[in-house]
Amino acid sequence: MAFDIFAELPKLLWLVIAVAAFLAVIGVLLVAVDGGPRTRYDWWQAACFLTPAGILLLVGLVYPVVRTTVLSFHGPGGDTPVGWDNYVWMFTRPEILLVLRNTLLWVVFAPLLATATGLVYSVLVDRSRYESVAKSLLFMPMAISFVGASIIWKFVYAYRPAGADQIGVLNQLVVWAGGEPRPWLLDGPLNTLLLIVVLIWIQAGFAMVILSAAIKAVPAEIVEAARIDGVNGWQLFWRITLPSIWPTVMVVLITISVQTLKVFDIVRTMTGGQFGTSVIANEMYGQAFRYGQLGHGSALAVFMFVLVIPLVLVQIRNARRTREAQSL
Amino acid sequence: MAMPNRPPRGVAVTASALSLVLLATGCDYIGGTGATTAGRDGAGCEPFEEWSDVEGGTVTVYASIRDEEGERMQRAWQDFAECTGIDIRYEGSGEFEAQVQVKVDGGNAPDIAFFPQPGLLTRFVDSGDAVPLPDGVAERAREGYPEDWLQYVEHGGELYGTPLGANVKSFVWYSPGFFERNGYEIPESWDALIDLSDTIAGDGVKPWCAGIESGEATGWPVTDWLENVMLREHGPDVYDQWIDHEFPFDDPKVVQALDRVDGILRNPDYVNGGHGGVQSIATTSSQDGGLPILDEQCGMYLMGSFYAAQWPEGTEVAEDGDVFAFNLPAIDEEVGTPVLGGGEFAAAFSDRPEVVAVQEYIATVDYADRRAQEGAWFSAHRELDLDALDNPNDRLAAELLRDPDTVFRWDGSDYMPAAVGSGTLWRAMTNWINGSDTEEVLGYVEDSWPRA
Repeated sequence: MAFDIFAELPKLLWLVIAVAAFLAVIGVLLVAVDGGPRTRYDWWQAACFLTPAGILLLVGLVYPVVRTTVLSFHGPGGDTPVGWDNYVWMFTRPEILLVLRNTLLWVVFAPLLATATGLVYSVLVDRSRYESVAKSLLFMPMAISFVGASIIWKFVYAYRPAGADQIGVLNQLVVWAGGEPRPWLLDGPLNTLLLIVVLIWIQAGFAMVILSAAIKAVPAEIVEAARIDGVNGWQLFWRITLPSIWPTVMVVLITISVQTLKVFDIVRTMTGGQFGTSVIANEMYGQAFRYGQLGHGSALAVFMFVLVIPLVLVQIRNARRTREAQSL
Repeated sequence: MAMPNRPPRGVAVTASALSLVLLATGCDYIGGTGATTAGRDGAGCEPFEEWSDVEGGTVTVYASIRDEEGERMQRAWQDFAECTGIDIRYEGSGEFEAQVQVKVDGGNAPDIAFFPQPGLLTRFVDSGDAVPLPDGVAERAREGYPEDWLQYVEHGGELYGTPLGANVKSFVWYSPGFFERNGYEIPESWDALIDLSDTIAGDGVKPWCAGIESGEATGWPVTDWLENVMLREHGPDVYDQWIDHEFPFDDPKVVQALDRVDGILRNPDYVNGGHGGVQSIATTSSQDGGLPILDEQCGMYLMGSFYAAQWPEGTEVAEDGDVFAFNLPAIDEEVGTPVLGGGEFAAAFSDRPEVVAVQEYIATVDYADRRAQEGAWFSAHRELDLDALDNPNDRLAAELLRDPDTVFRWDGSDYMPAAVGSGTLWRAMTNWINGSDTEEVLGYVEDSWPRA
């Protein structure tokens, strides 16, 4: 069907109305704040601007966390209390233990490898001639959605029987090397590692950009002084660069770890959690929404939440320490 | 502390006033172009006269049927909607199974939902969200559809859904030309089926194709194999006990059935024509699974009647065409050849008069005929006009369903609790194809059956 501008006009009008409504609300709010009591003006103003955010936090974060926790102690329908049964289930069912093991594999390998790749890459291209081109190449996957990336990699791993034309890059390489093509996504735990590669592919660019900026911020005097003292490149990296950017490395590691814990799209798109590749987030969605096991799903969600907390705490402590160091 | 660059009060006031004016005029404009009044007295409205006292209204319908299929369905009730003035708002979603729960929990339930799994509907019956069919609708459902169909949505003596579309899941697709050229006959018994498979294999062609990859639903085609064999091997009564979990899932009866499937699906001499070895079943999508039949790389493919839509454009589906299907033959003569199938049930979450009117209408043969005329559809309605079915395989399936001797059973995994039917059973069957031990995977399913 051709694009008919007149048929689309009502939609356009709705857009205009929505924008106008937004401006109106903001305008009214500004006027209200402006015309507030003159005494304790700061408090009044702060309250006006913080209340909406506070309400949103309560409704969108605090309430769901409390409700999920409550649900995790209830049965499938969310109405009969079952005590710790859901947690017992989680740590005794072999398929859920497999899910936990997979999540562990993800959390151990994905952040480490993504950060390491980004670090090595940024050191290698630092101050080289084609630095910006090289960096944009690695950064490009960041612009692709997880689902899009998963579909691309699904083709990379695609399998056709021996003798047929291979449509997957990996199997074509294997065939050229004289090997037999194999269904990569079927065999665990290799398949989980192959899925982790997708996340590394996406996140290495992020790690590279942040770490590269940190490397450039290492004071030139220190590097120069080290050079005069006669260090080689290897020593420079281990003794000067890495210690200087260590806080940034931690931030990158933790950010990617949190990303990894909640990985869902990649598994769902590439294997649907089949062939023993499911992870907590995927299993949680399946249990709660598809299998009607609200209690099981909630218990998994709570467990994931508990896993994220220490990472967030470290992150906050890190940020505070960096700020203190800067203000000195 | 005053903000140094706060905008002057006048500007803020003007801005918000202006926005309000815009808002008001805009609403006015949209309100004016609102819903057109339906042609209630227009021509062609006679079939809908019994609903003429319904005062219009809006009915939301939610289902998993999308795209072309969804549009055909909406065209079928268009006249009804125009004549009665009821605005039927249809939404089709690929995430129906998960989202319908979210919608109902969130107090945002659709008026009517089409459930492909009676097991899922049971969940809403238990929670008290689904509304039993009003007498008028229930009466139509009982008149129009055989008891085989209604038993799955009957709870406590009340019906909760009316059957809609149907499909048959015990079709074996084959190429009539390939069979004829090689002198193969359509088998009348399981032994004949195995003999035929051996003959085809002896002629250097893999007799069977298979493909079970389907995203997170991977594995479901194997459950169809298992259900078909359970039904044929042990009869409908044992089948009913099986899906009601009256005996353990790893009972010797189930082991026996899965072993029979093993003889075909995990037999390297039989599978997987055109796709590779036994393991390739797990990576071949259920849509692509049967396509090698066209290239004569395999002989047969067990897949539902809906597979007719998967053949490439220009493929003639007919008894003397490029592809056609036969009903999977009997194992036990006393049991005969039951039909395994599925479809959708329309269930309601509210009982306003306009909702009841829509429920009543979609239970009529008038609706069924109109939907059939849009193509690629059939139902188990007793009076469905078979001449309106344009696909020969739809006709074959509809005739099978209508035959009073046919014993029909609903796809068992769609009736089992979702944690098994769309969870562990799919996983178990996928692992089984991947090489796991038969008793081990059945035991795994048994362990996962929800204890109430």
